[in-house]
Amino acid sequence: MSDAEPTIRYTIHAGKPVVEIGGNWTVFSLRGVRQKAARALEAAGTTRTARAVDASEVSRLDTAGALEILLLSGGGPDTEVKTREKGHAALFEVVQQNMCAAMPERHVNWLSQWLEEVGRNTVDLYRQVLSLLAFFGEILVVFLEACLQPRRFRINVVVRQMYEVWIRALVIVGVLCFLIGVVIAYQGIQQLRQFGAETFAVEAVGISMFRELGVLLTAIIVAGRSGSAFTAQIGTMQVNQEVDAMRTIGLNPVEWLVMPRILALVISMPLLAFWGDMTGLLGGAVACTIYLDFTIVQFFDRLRDTVGPWHFYIGMIKAPVFGLVIATIGCFEGLQVRGSAESVGQLTTRSVVEAIFCVIVLDAVFSIIFLLADV
Amino acid sequence: MAEGGQLVDHRDGRDTVLRLRGVRTQFGDHVIHDKLDFDVFRGEIVGLVGGSGTGKSVLLRTIIGLNRARSGTIEVLGVDTSTLHGQAERDMQARTGVQFQDGALFSSLSVSDNIIVPIREHAGLDEETMRDIAALKIALVGLPPDTGDKKPSELSGGMRKRASLARALALDAELLFLDEPTAGLDPIGAAHYDELVKGLCRSLGLTILMVTHDLDSLNAACDRIAVLLDKRVVVGTMDELLVYDHPWVREYFHGPRGRAARQEHK
Repeated sequence: MSDAEPTIRYTIHAGKPVVEIGGNWTVFSLRGVRQKAARALEAAGTTRTARAVDASEVSRLDTAGALEILLLSGGGPDTEVKTREKGHAALFEVVQQNMCAAMPERHVNWLSQWLEEVGRNTVDLYRQVLSLLAFFGEILVVFLEACLQPRRFRINVVVRQMYEVWIRALVIVGVLCFLIGVVIAYQGIQQLRQFGAETFAVEAVGISMFRELGVLLTAIIVAGRSGSAFTAQIGTMQVNQEVDAMRTIGLNPVEWLVMPRILALVISMPLLAFWGDMTGLLGGAVACTIYLDFTIVQFFDRLRDTVGPWHFYIGMIKAPVFGLVIATIGCFEGLQVRGSAESVGQLTTRSVVEAIFCVIVLDAVFSIIFLLADV
Repeated sequence: MAEGGQLVDHRDGRDTVLRLRGVRTQFGDHVIHDKLDFDVFRGEIVGLVGGSGTGKSVLLRTIIGLNRARSGTIEVLGVDTSTLHGQAERDMQARTGVQFQDGALFSSLSVSDNIIVPIREHAGLDEETMRDIAALKIALVGLPPDTGDKKPSELSGGMRKRASLARALALDAELLFLDEPTAGLDPIGAAHYDELVKGLCRSLGLTILMVTHDLDSLNAACDRIAVLLDKRVVVGTMDELLVYDHPWVREYFHGPRGRAARQEHK
């Protein structure tokens, strides 16, 4: 491969403006050629006008090079081109045939683009909320129908889903809640010791675990592993047109895909949250035996005496609601998948973010409700 | 039989662009190709056919380097691909182009940006030049100019295939590999596509190897046909294969669809 640099010279031949081209004009040799052309134009002391092309000194040429030559000559589809090789002439011909349609001008106004995006997103959000509500309504209808015909609850599917979302999540929920229990107890002891009230660390662990952390941590883990799985599973079925196939056979996707998942999660969430509470307490108890010279029995004695059952109930009331929200969002986003595998990924991300967001907002709402109810 | 799996020698003094000798591929104990010889000459369009499971796609993937052959040599554009590493391998990739079956366009990029990716990677031109080149390639494959700003998901199947061809052509590759380019297209779209490929092959001096099951494409676009039989390749023109004595070949070309496709092109 000869490495002749592309050359360009603007001259006048027999009274006609000509641009003389030489060297390699391939996509690999075009770097900086426009600046070079601008300098050559300046050196020749002329301005850019349409001119003929003399490409007889060109050694290697491809379509990108031919296009560049034609653009630099200021010409277009009808530029007169002189070439030495037949292959080059054919290339110029192909490029000239196609370049008239090429080069669409694009004028982008960033302000209007930004406004358009804001408007589009707002409308999208509105539609999203509407269709989520519609979806929720559909679920309720299917649920009520199923209550009349309990056979339609598809217990075997529910049980299989429960294995996935409950049994298989036990280890991760247990480990994380245990660690959080240890951390809260340790931090509580450290801070409360300044007031000589380090034994109150037991209440700190008990109340925070029961009321908030046990169920919230569980919900976040479940949103990340089960909510996303629901979206991905249903979304993949959507891409493969399995959901469409179900509809044509007369199966309602909400009944077959959505209901069992929601039921499974609504049942599993309290069970998981309970497990999270227990491991969290165990973590707190272990930390107290280490830093507080408590025995495990002392820890639980104090817990029984000071932390009322309502703290526990509150967490257990929240758990199924969180499960419902996570499963509904997961399934809803799964059914929103359209077309490509890329949208499965996008919507899976969205479902996790939305689920966690909704869980935390709901948690705040619950706090207010329980505050008003004075428990 | 002549050299390189040919029934009759068609070399005619042309360069050998692709040269396979004694290639063997296998997955575990399952041998897919064995002692396979195959030549493609400059400027021709070769169609690769074979029954399901005979390893058409595997052969294509082996040639473009996505699979490794157990033994044998594969020379692309005169260079043994197994000896290539680093920069030399990248240079070779710039001289060949691949159009995957469903386009395999990068879904997060617009069509123009898809075409620009190989140019930026291998040539590194300024943005404006690359946009101009991308617009030319889009016109070259017969897509309307506004296609460049669209995302692959907004295109129809046929347009995606053309856009993918435009990306394969981004660096003016000498050798193009097309995987089932007309599969899933309607007969009109497929016929246009055949014309396009033939035209590009002639005007840009391309060499094309395409895996296809479209008998019309084989008739209309391909100069020669390579048939995968018994772990090897048999190459010939349509006329030579019509008289070739092998049960699969007979059934393929003399079946009702084969006959209908030939009638049409007579």
